[in-house]
Amino acid sequence: MSLSFKNNRLSGPLILSVTRFAAAVAMLFGAGSASARIRWNFQTPVTPIAHQIYHLQNIMFGVCVVIFVIVFGVMFYSIFAHRKSKGHKPATFHQSTTIEVLWTIVPFLILVAVAVPATATLVRMENTSDSALTVRITGYQWKWQYSYPGQGISFFSDLSTPVAQIENQEPKNKHYLLQVDHPLVLPVGEKIRFQITAADVIHSWWVPSFGVKTDAIPGFINQSWTKIEVPGTYRGQCTELCGMGHAFMPIVVKAVSQKDFQKWVTAQKALMVASAGGVATTAGSVATAATWTKAQLLSHGKTVFVNNCAVCHQVTGLGIPGTFPPLSAGRTFSAAPAMLQQLRTRGFLTSSGHVVMGPVKNHLRIVLGGIPGTPMPSFSGQLSNADIASVVTYERNSFGNHTGDIIQPSEVAALR
Amino acid sequence: MASVAATHAEHPVGLKRWLFTTNHKDIGTMYLVFSLLMFFVAGSFAMLIRAELFSPGMQIMKPYFFNQLITMHGLVMIFGAIMPGFVGFANWLIPMMIGAPDMALPRLNNWSFWILPFAFTLMLSSFFMPGGAPATGWTMYAPLSIQAGVGMDCVIFAIHMLGISSVLGAINIIVTILNMRAPGMTLMKMPMFVWTWLITAFLLVAVMPVLAGTVTMVLMDRHFGTHFFSAAGGGDPVLYQHLFWFFGHPEVYIMILPAFGIISQIIPTFSRKPLFGYESMVFATASIAFLSFIVWGHHMFTVGMPAPAEMFFMYSTMLIAVPTGVKVFNWVATMWRGSLSFETPMLFAIGFLVMFTIGGLSGLMLAIVPADFQYHNTYFVVAHFHYVLFAGAAMAMMGGSYYWLPKWTGHMYSETVGKWHFWLTTIFFNLTFFPMHFLGLAGMPRRIPDYALQFTDLNRVSSIGAFGLGLSQLLWVYVVYQTVKGGKKATDRVWEGAEGLEWTLSSPPPYHSFATAPTVK
Repeated sequence: MSLSFKNNRLSGPLILSVTRFAAAVAMLFGAGSASARIRWNFQTPVTPIAHQIYHLQNIMFGVCVVIFVIVFGVMFYSIFAHRKSKGHKPATFHQSTTIEVLWTIVPFLILVAVAVPATATLVRMENTSDSALTVRITGYQWKWQYSYPGQGISFFSDLSTPVAQIENQEPKNKHYLLQVDHPLVLPVGEKIRFQITAADVIHSWWVPSFGVKTDAIPGFINQSWTKIEVPGTYRGQCTELCGMGHAFMPIVVKAVSQKDFQKWVTAQKALMVASAGGVATTAGSVATAATWTKAQLLSHGKTVFVNNCAVCHQVTGLGIPGTFPPLSAGRTFSAAPAMLQQLRTRGFLTSSGHVVMGPVKNHLRIVLGGIPGTPMPSFSGQLSNADIASVVTYERNSFGNHTGDIIQPSEVAALR
Repeated sequence: MASVAATHAEHPVGLKRWLFTTNHKDIGTMYLVFSLLMFFVAGSFAMLIRAELFSPGMQIMKPYFFNQLITMHGLVMIFGAIMPGFVGFANWLIPMMIGAPDMALPRLNNWSFWILPFAFTLMLSSFFMPGGAPATGWTMYAPLSIQAGVGMDCVIFAIHMLGISSVLGAINIIVTILNMRAPGMTLMKMPMFVWTWLITAFLLVAVMPVLAGTVTMVLMDRHFGTHFFSAAGGGDPVLYQHLFWFFGHPEVYIMILPAFGIISQIIPTFSRKPLFGYESMVFATASIAFLSFIVWGHHMFTVGMPAPAEMFFMYSTMLIAVPTGVKVFNWVATMWRGSLSFETPMLFAIGFLVMFTIGGLSGLMLAIVPADFQYHNTYFVVAHFHYVLFAGAAMAMMGGSYYWLPKWTGHMYSETVGKWHFWLTTIFFNLTFFPMHFLGLAGMPRRIPDYALQFTDLNRVSSIGAFGLGLSQLLWVYVVYQTVKGGKKATDRVWEGAEGLEWTLSSPPPYHSFATAPTVK
């Protein structure tokens, strides 16, 4: 943690003593988290912009501490010296034009002084021209999609922390909640331009070590850029509240040498060709042409369900009353009339308000196209035919459902 | 306040007194009691939030419910605790401070208050609707708020009602101040509390309709097929944020200007010295109010605004530091070479001064656009706005309550309990919120129900602080209850250094403040 103070000349000693005190306090409570260490400033910057921001933050912090110490030094002196209990008699002055003009102008000049470097950094941040590589980032509830338009690569990046760790049934690993199945891979030493957007609600893509935080907004493509100086793995999180999975859509970036990046691109392209429809899936390279057995469908379906459906419909398939319907036949569900009507017309809800397993084709269409006007999103761009066949087979044969239906990827393909 | 009732036979008693009252003191009391109740309701949501965040992993609730709690904590604290609290102070004090018998529009005053319990019943009932309360955060950003369940509609209609209540209350305050001042009390002789409320009332009239319009657009998008905020239909999700923060930033000052007013009354009293730089205080307040209309973009630096817009909002935001600085310097200069004593109201005022300034300085850091990209939507921001809203607005109200309680009830409060309340509040407040600065710097986003392991230790400190802070507030209720019930008889002037018309009235004051107007020289 002391690493983060290298640049902090103004306030280093002060913070260090605060650090020691707080670390001592923290030790009192730290029984369950011996591995975690407290950090007192930004994560180590690894891009030119992140360095500048770090520098700005330290200047600002220093300025604020100095102003604070002066103002309250005066106040506490007054509290100490001008007490009634010491018999101090009150003065009667209540204005002084000179000093009032002075303490209007001096703060203004300080502000101008800090605005200059801030503006310079801002101008650099906004300049996305001359980039060597473009990466398109799309936020979904609750995962990220990364595309490299120039390389023809596209894949989804999902949280890989097991549910059992979140629910405290297993010990949490080192990168709890900050690990994904497919990290974003970027080369070091090159200017990379990000084009950031979202498919449903507003998200925000943040990697603290890069100093990049840009909102992902449906209908907009926001741009930002970075140039990573040091190879390594960098972690961040979504920073705009985007619903119940907001805390569970981390960002992991693997920064590698340009040579390794080229190797990775070649390997990914081969994978893209192998997988169906050009969509790299959460299952990686699953072939779709073959006929699947029920056991294969169920086991793959469970994985797809946990990664994509369980946040809303829950691992148990029981949903959340009022918003996310249960997937278990015979359960009751009540919600806004518009939503109930959508479920009824598709044959998944009886007039008495009980969930039923409707026709297979409607089930597939719901997963493929979503249900407009409800939180149910379209998965046609995110999941392969095999994924959808598996997950629908899984849903129709789990949670107390015994339809016995077996759906093949070809049936999904026919509906696309 | 049964003793107040007993001295005047001409008004109804029991439930009818409170339902039909047009008296500014009764209505003020109802506002204050209501605000205290909402403070505990929203505070209990905060306790649940901190309990969940005590350890990593999901412990006592689902993420969806957590999001409902953070939404309702914000909405109820802002619209239920802080705003009605200050209106309560305004009702009680403005007529007494300007030498008027009552508010100018007493029946409107009754209605402004009685809208509130219904609005909050509707708002809180959203917890029991299918889908629960809105899980969008108090900012209710579209398109997330378009997705939400029926609870969102409850909140939208509750906001409409609160808007009506606030605007009516604000109009009443403006009309009272402009028309009912005692002979000789020119505008530039009004107490600072009256000045800050006059300016606040104009802010309310200007921005509450903007919020009402904005949430109505959300309602239309949700149910009537419009696409104001939906990109797929040609709308603009960022438009929501511009509209919301055009309301939202003046709203921040609506919650802090009356606090400035209270502090400007307390500090001169216990310094036994007139307020330093009265004119510059008035102009600083007015400048802050004006600037509040042109800084809204600083809440949304990361939405992809063009660089010139970001620079404009950066400079205008930094500019606010100048009048705010003037106020802080004036308060310190008021204390300078005074004859200071440290009764509970003064302790709260000094606590306000120190901790509000911490919040102000972190606000200055947030104004620096490049650095804001790192701070934005992290716990650094949570720390910042709790330093200005809890240590600022709420602690000013605590100080104000100790300051005027003897006047209102005719009894002195227990100085010992008051001081315990101050010190426990201050210590636990800092234990709760100071570590949040570091959590934010280290990269913990706000509004998350679960976090990575490196944030564990500071979250524990913060949670323990929060439980202490919540429990300490019971002392406040205790001391208020004791003082209302009885205690040492308060003199008319109450404090040795108190200046102003309210201290010329008896303690407790007569039912109608000034039946004949006093003359101010």
